[in-house]
Amino acid sequence: MSHNYGSKRIVTGAHYGLRDWLVQRVTAVLMALFTVVLLAQVLFGGPLGYDRWAAIFSSQWMKSLTFVVIVSMAWHAWVGVRDIVMDYVTKSLGLRLALQVATIVWLVGCAGWAVQVLWRL
Amino acid sequence: MADSLKQRPGPMRLIDATQYRLPLAAKLSILHRASGMLMFVLLPFVIWMFDTSVSSEISFESFTSVLSSPLAKLVVLGLIWAYLHHFCAGVRHLWMDATHSVSKEQGRSSAVVSFAISLVLTVALAAKLFGLF
Repeated sequence: MSHNYGSKRIVTGAHYGLRDWLVQRVTAVLMALFTVVLLAQVLFGGPLGYDRWAAIFSSQWMKSLTFVVIVSMAWHAWVGVRDIVMDYVTKSLGLRLALQVATIVWLVGCAGWAVQVLWRL
Repeated sequence: MADSLKQRPGPMRLIDATQYRLPLAAKLSILHRASGMLMFVLLPFVIWMFDTSVSSEISFESFTSVLSSPLAKLVVLGLIWAYLHHFCAGVRHLWMDATHSVSKEQGRSSAVVSFAISLVLTVALAAKLFGLF
């Protein structure tokens, strides 16, 4: 850390470990609960065709819950992939930053698509 | 300070991990990473499945026809395994955090349980996916 200023300043390090640790666990619990809620609706209520599958996601509470889970998924994956990038991409800060930006673009793009699908139902 | 810094082995590289004989908990851990990465990469496919299966009856038809191919089923099976492994390994983490179950023996036994649950469910769902029952 003796040269952590100017052009040598580390701009991609972890300075918010506890928040990310907590975020990863809270979002994980939300997604696990969603899994149980979705599974319960899929397993109980008769044969699963298009009508019943679409109906599961058409109720307002399920839409809101799914929206929360989409955001949780993106945030959770960001923390995880960022950990992987920080662990293995150690030689080039430029490459690390580029991969982190690409990860954000990927996740925001996917989340946007998922929300679009959800909100036009 | 300078001396202790010199003795540090430096950042671990991915290739180093292949040089060790990993205990079961470490295998679970690296697969937790790999399964997460797999789902991250296949995220557009997951959302495509959500889109086509739920948007309209016509898109639902194209969803079922694409998903009837063995290749698509294989990808879905990969996702099923990744989800189950990631889920079980994640619950194991939460259990360790909540109950401070961090001894070597607890690490091993909980890894055994995680592997058992995720692999049994994966095999069961694979059989269902390929129409064995």
